[in-house]
Amino acid sequence: MSSVITRVRRKQIKQLIEEGKRLDGRGLGDYREIKIEQGVIEKAEGSARVLLGKTEVLVGVKVETGSPFPDTPNDGVLTVNAEFVPLASPSFEPGPPNENSIELARVVDRGIRESKAIDTEKLCIEPGKKVFIVFVDIYVLNHEGNLIDASALAAVAALLNTKMSNYEIEDGEVKIKQGYTPLPMKNHPITVTLGKIDNKLIVDPWLEEEQVMDSRLSMALNDEGNICAVQKGSGGYFTQQQILEGMKVVQEKVAELRKKLKW
Amino acid sequence: MSKKPKKLIDKKGRRLDSRKPNELRNIRIEVGILSNADGSAYIEQGKNKILAGVFGPKEMHPKHLSRPDRMVLRCRYHMAPFSVEERKSPAPSRREIELSKVIGEALEPSVFVEYYPRTGVDVFIEVLQADGGTRCASITAASLALADAGIPMRDLVVSCAAGKVDDTVVLDLMDTEDKLGAADVPVAVMPNSNAVTLLQMDGNLAPEEFEKAVNLAMEGCKRIYDLQKEALRTKYMAAKQEEEVKE
Repeated sequence: MSSVITRVRRKQIKQLIEEGKRLDGRGLGDYREIKIEQGVIEKAEGSARVLLGKTEVLVGVKVETGSPFPDTPNDGVLTVNAEFVPLASPSFEPGPPNENSIELARVVDRGIRESKAIDTEKLCIEPGKKVFIVFVDIYVLNHEGNLIDASALAAVAALLNTKMSNYEIEDGEVKIKQGYTPLPMKNHPITVTLGKIDNKLIVDPWLEEEQVMDSRLSMALNDEGNICAVQKGSGGYFTQQQILEGMKVVQEKVAELRKKLKW
Repeated sequence: MSKKPKKLIDKKGRRLDSRKPNELRNIRIEVGILSNADGSAYIEQGKNKILAGVFGPKEMHPKHLSRPDRMVLRCRYHMAPFSVEERKSPAPSRREIELSKVIGEALEPSVFVEYYPRTGVDVFIEVLQADGGTRCASITAASLALADAGIPMRDLVVSCAAGKVDDTVVLDLMDTEDKLGAADVPVAVMPNSNAVTLLQMDGNLAPEEFEKAVNLAMEGCKRIYDLQKEALRTKYMAAKQEEEVKE
């Protein structure tokens, strides 16, 4: 995902961060403005659009029936996929998912799965035979940096918005009844991503900072404040101290977001 | 999966394979075992059997991916169809694609990529048998293969996982512990500069437990680092002796 960035710009970003400032006027620990809109796609069982500054991500949730995994016969199935739509960035190209979109989908997936956000046991129709499969499709509509946090927020917002049709079983077949029930949710993981530029940690790096930063660290925290997923990415390294320092920053930011989102 | 053992740690604090919580599995490393690769290494860590081969630096193909100011390191992590209980399709899975990416990113900071502009180096990792912690063992072997290829490096990268099973933080999880345990924290580090180049985690850990797991994994890395250096030395001491005999 490498676009070109001029050396002056690179120097400017680094210099500002050294002084504790950022090009867009934020402090090192500040998020861009977050806007969440739920239920934007009527035909999907659940959906949400998240704006993180100019980064825009749309998540649609579809629920279908299918067979469970053999090792978890009583659990519904979660599938997360991410599409880097070519209109979102000059660096996105049409074609099958590449390593970047697969990483994004898997990081979001881990946050939801490991925090047990969805009560998958309640998605079992017939043990070992039939369960509900929840498809979470992440659609990146505009890439201005930090797709992980925007996508993770949009995914949980869309799941919270998901309504499943009521059903009954007739001769082993699922029959749709009138009315809806919300998707059973148990937890609300929040993912915060940090960038490292010249040994300084910044929250919510935007596109140009992503091009300059040495490394990235994402952490997902569940309702209890426990860590349920971590991913270090994009080359570079963190020292042991920086990891622990980063963990504290993430804890603060998650608490702040929880208050704001009421999750 | 076969039957689930209820307890992963017994009353005496021993794990399923009778290891102590902070004990590594048996590790055997060999360097320079493939004749066609520029560098290679083989690692056995418990039941893991993993081969790593390095080709390059060489001309980058396709050319548009080459960079004017540095070498591009590409990594492919792949599991053999027979490496796991149920046959794995040989086509790369999403997991393998993600791991290829994070392993490449874990190795790259150790290489002086700016020494070889416009070139590429390929790191191929084949997991012949998997038993938990393959990404870590892969990194340990791949870093040796890079060194064996004579590529200038800041340090070796060494990797090891820690995790939580039955409320205990343990080192170097094997497959059953990984699947049934509460969390898995793979870490890769360049020990000389204390630089963590890979950090992932899945499961559920309180912040203090996470800190403890990272510290334990780092300690495991340092122990494997000694084995890594030993393996490298063994190959080159043997080569040196051969030279001396010829003379």
